[in-house]
Amino acid sequence: MARDWVQFIRGGRVVRLRAFQPRGTLLDWLRLEERSTGTKEACAEGDCGACTVVLARRRDGRLVYEPVNACIALVGQIDGAELITVEDLAGGGPLHPVQQALAERHGSQCGFCTPGIVMSLFAHYHRPDRTGDRATVADVLAGNLCRCTGYRPIVDAALESCAGDAADRFAQDAPRRLAALAELDDGADVRVGDDASFFAAPASEAALAALLAAHPDATIVAGATDVGLWITKKLAPLAKIVHVGRVAGLDAVEDRADALVLGAALPLARAAPLLARLDPDIGELMRRFGSEQVRTSGTVGGNIANGSPIGDLAPVMIALGATVELRRGDTVRTLPVEDFFIAYGKQDRAPDEFVRRLIVPKPQPATRLRVVKISKRMDEDISAVMGAFALTLDGDRIAEARIAFGGMAGVPKRAAAVEAALVGARLADPAVWRTAAARIAEDFTPLTDQRGSAAYRSQVATNLVVKVLAEIAGVPADVTRVRPREERARVAS
Amino acid sequence: MSLRETPEVLLRHVRKPLPHDSAVKQVQGAAPYIDDLPEPQGTLHLAVGGAPKARGTVTRLDLDRVRAAPGVVAVIAAADIPGRNGVAAHMDDEPILAEGTVAFHGQPLFAVAATTRDAARRAVLLAAIEIAAEPPAVTVDDGLATGERVLPDYAFVGGDVAAVITAAPRQTSGTLRIGGQEHFYLEGQIALAVPGEDGAMLVHSSTQHPSEVQHIVARALGVPDAFVTCEVRRMGGGFGGKETQANPWAAIAAVAARVTGRPCKLRLDRDADMAMTGKRHDFRVDWSVGFDADGRIAGLDMLLAARCGISADCSQGVVDRSMFHADNTYFLPAFRIDSRRVKTNTVSNTAFRGFGGPQGMLAAERVIDAVAWSLGRDPLDVRKANFYATGRDRTPYGQTVTDADIGLALVEELERTSDYRARRAAIAAFNAASPILKRGLALTPLKFGISFTLTSLNQAGALVHVYQDGSVHLNHGGTEMGQGLFQKVAQIAAEEFGIGLDRVRITPTTTDKVPNTSPTAASSGTDLNGMAVQAAARVIKGRMAAFAAETWSVPADQVVFQDDHVLIGNQRVPFGELARLAHAARVSLSSTGFYKTPTLHWDRAKATGRPFFYYAWGAAVSEVVIDVTTGETKVLRVDILHDVGRSLNPAIDIGQIEGGFVQGMGWLTTEELVFDAEGRLLTHAPSTYKIPVASDVPADFRVALFDGENREETIYRSKAVGEPPFMLAISVFCAIADAVEAASPGGGLRLDAPATPEAIVRAVGPFDPVAALAAALPRPA
Repeated sequence: MARDWVQFIRGGRVVRLRAFQPRGTLLDWLRLEERSTGTKEACAEGDCGACTVVLARRRDGRLVYEPVNACIALVGQIDGAELITVEDLAGGGPLHPVQQALAERHGSQCGFCTPGIVMSLFAHYHRPDRTGDRATVADVLAGNLCRCTGYRPIVDAALESCAGDAADRFAQDAPRRLAALAELDDGADVRVGDDASFFAAPASEAALAALLAAHPDATIVAGATDVGLWITKKLAPLAKIVHVGRVAGLDAVEDRADALVLGAALPLARAAPLLARLDPDIGELMRRFGSEQVRTSGTVGGNIANGSPIGDLAPVMIALGATVELRRGDTVRTLPVEDFFIAYGKQDRAPDEFVRRLIVPKPQPATRLRVVKISKRMDEDISAVMGAFALTLDGDRIAEARIAFGGMAGVPKRAAAVEAALVGARLADPAVWRTAAARIAEDFTPLTDQRGSAAYRSQVATNLVVKVLAEIAGVPADVTRVRPREERARVAS
Repeated sequence: MSLRETPEVLLRHVRKPLPHDSAVKQVQGAAPYIDDLPEPQGTLHLAVGGAPKARGTVTRLDLDRVRAAPGVVAVIAAADIPGRNGVAAHMDDEPILAEGTVAFHGQPLFAVAATTRDAARRAVLLAAIEIAAEPPAVTVDDGLATGERVLPDYAFVGGDVAAVITAAPRQTSGTLRIGGQEHFYLEGQIALAVPGEDGAMLVHSSTQHPSEVQHIVARALGVPDAFVTCEVRRMGGGFGGKETQANPWAAIAAVAARVTGRPCKLRLDRDADMAMTGKRHDFRVDWSVGFDADGRIAGLDMLLAARCGISADCSQGVVDRSMFHADNTYFLPAFRIDSRRVKTNTVSNTAFRGFGGPQGMLAAERVIDAVAWSLGRDPLDVRKANFYATGRDRTPYGQTVTDADIGLALVEELERTSDYRARRAAIAAFNAASPILKRGLALTPLKFGISFTLTSLNQAGALVHVYQDGSVHLNHGGTEMGQGLFQKVAQIAAEEFGIGLDRVRITPTTTDKVPNTSPTAASSGTDLNGMAVQAAARVIKGRMAAFAAETWSVPADQVVFQDDHVLIGNQRVPFGELARLAHAARVSLSSTGFYKTPTLHWDRAKATGRPFFYYAWGAAVSEVVIDVTTGETKVLRVDILHDVGRSLNPAIDIGQIEGGFVQGMGWLTTEELVFDAEGRLLTHAPSTYKIPVASDVPADFRVALFDGENREETIYRSKAVGEPPFMLAISVFCAIADAVEAASPGGGLRLDAPATPEAIVRAVGPFDPVAALAAALPRPA
């Protein structure tokens, strides 16, 4: 018998929600139901961070503090967590160190983004491995837009308040809060609503498979960083929500000698350090992937399953030769990631089938990787063009080439003609670079949209082929990139 | 009592870097914005339905299904407006709700009032709208082709500029396209209208101009202005986007409240806000210039064509201000500064920090760069050669620049402290050795005219009460949008009474305390309202001093207000005690205050006068690196030196400088408004419209205040700071252009704003990365 309520901790008490709109957002619950108006809505799409709240969860026996965009998180998703909002930090007492520093250092002007910034910095304050440099703080704040200050005083406030060990009342109270969270962790299937309209969060793969078999018209939600926008922007009348965040083992990681196996529900934030070990460029890609809030919620499986032509993970997975594992009922099948994308908006997934894991082969010693993302703004932007390159060398020649682009077609797609021009060719031969790069025109006919014209996309993709070949052939990256590859080795974790 | 200025060393509040008055509340989420206010019982929520086409005749507007939707209480269309269906105070060229025809994509057609916001938004989707569409004029070029204007053309002309340019030793010319900008205030447009008795209406509006909201609402309801009160405690950002653009939402909320008899709240979602409200004007600037071998300009012919959208809105003032700043800091012996206010089928463009000044100034700096490129000289030398100076001091609008020495001293100090010359040499060496990455450097100055160019707006009122316990109620016509106005004015009030800031109660701006106010705009908030509050305080002080002088039998000039006390001869009476005694003796402790800026006169028809009380000066040096193969950029270092006179609050002023700079940098780099051919805005949310994030701010960012004071008699000799620093960001654009020029001679002239990666690649033009990178391959050992 499934639990027919959602439960979480709020202000030291357990809240149980037995009736709520399945597609209802956490922000609406806060502002309209609880009437806690400190948390703001400014974009309703997870881009600006004004609605940032923190979910404290128990992981590996310790408390983790995760910043989340409440505007696109569904209220049911927070089951099992402690919900902390801007009102809670001082709680009527003295200001929290990040609040104190922001106020004293002139980090708020109009103040509308401030609650979200406070919460992002509060999460950072509780990060055990945090480092105190401006670039790290900028990464932490990439998902918090401020239109007034120019950020300098906010970054100063962060550096000041997050310099020492966490010593606020949340840290002091950690054992009791951990225990309270442990008590909530009942491993139960959750199902709130009726057969026509429900929020469900199955606790096992079997339960998930059975639920989808019974309700193939349900919407699968992992982090809701995409589905949330269907709800807030398109007003999609989603009635049946199946949340995969409680499925035991679906976020598991297996670090094998030959491959990295990533559970579909593994949040991007937790996948990032693992993927970064494969190559500094992938680390840099993950640093630029959405924002801290988006990476905390969004999952590796979701980024593949939603089939976006501009999802940043897919080209990397295709270049690495990754496979995706799907399950339907008791049947499990795998296919290469590149075959999963059939056409724009169409993937090789049955309605009652779910993405189970990604199997990511580790590069061979002779394989050279490069990943380049081009966007209008460097951080927290969707790619205009994203290229992932895996060239396996044999002496001075290219033995194998796997090159995939995002933003160049209706699906993430391999550059087959470019690859063909490279296989067997000499790496350090500029004539080869020229020939191969010109093949971009055979592989892709990109579209013009607000992120770039077709001509620009083609030209950039062509230039990226040349740049990457030149880099692998030995031209140092500080000659070829605005942010040198060495600098990218610093990975947001 | 002495009304002399307090000696600097005795200032207790003024000049102090105190935090924003609401900072402690803001960091706790405890500073309420309109959507956070407790909703009166029965409040309804509104959503607005917009035109699905950019131009045409409405052949069907069937709202039956909308009315029948769950939760819907009322549907409001143009015919439901009891009074006048217009959003503009002084024109009759734009409706609140369109009727018969539509003129831009998303133009409001109707509104739904429902029991929840969600119900209202869903109901909007059920409307059946049919438009007999006509081809829209979307771009400036489209609008120029139709020849339609929202206002007449206007020019400043001095000398026979065509002949002067032809006769000059050298000439160059070009076209610069300058993009618009979305305000992206974090708090979107919102109004809450609460009906009162006798047809009265209280409107909470997130507006920079409560008096105009009051007037537009009253007119829409068909009631006298006195029946409407508009109140605003704070906005979550304004930047000019709530100067006129708050009007329609307040009017719709008020009409719905009238129709339903219930409080009505209208908060636009971000996409509707971006589609339905005006932005910074985008421009096309065509220019030609004649100059000598030193780069000294003989004559400049410039045509500023602005996309104004469907109506005039603020376009007269905005485009005028682009003309007022098309000289920037440079003397033009002969000139024609011409302008076109182009009508297009896009949302009516509006005020935005700088109000046209940035576009005019950017054009001026492009001209200077082009002269320098043409001569092969450092643009800084050309800038200095053309700087206003004694005898070369008359602007194209007839005002004499009397303080160019401030600007030049500031530029020279920055040139020195930023190590400009050495870095210029280092960059040249870097570029010579770098095949793909190119660096650029630029120092750009600014001179910004302070005052509303519509002279009548340069006035302000205040209302100050002293209560019997000596606490002070502070109210004035300025609005708080984050800029720290309330804090600065509170410092002035506390200083005046010699009391602690904790004794000064800041209160919401409301039209029933201070009437007939000007918008909080044109950087003038503190200059005007600070003076008005000082005047009010001095009236009360004068009465208290007279009372004290009489009571203690001392001359009035021996009454001094300081340190929470009043010194009366050799008596020392607590301020609150004197207030109590004065009240008991029937002395009025309440006063209004009023201020109007002196010396202003401006004859627009003759294009001559003194439109500005004074100038604010500043300069910035930016260094960038670009990747010519992708167009990616990185701002490496920025040095700023800015003139705020004698600062009232250096922390707030630096906040304005840094924030303005970063906002300007966004305008010129990543912020791109993209309309499709149908006139639909494609970039209507932060997922597609990219304002700067923390990592865009240069790691090496050095900001300093110039040591000086306002030579005019302003409040504590300070200068306005809201808008001028925005234009410091022009240095970033010019540095990018410098890098493009290094990569591809002639390319600099092709760079349009914003300098997105694509714009940079386009400006660089044909480039062979294979040849460039082949040369960089390490030689085999």
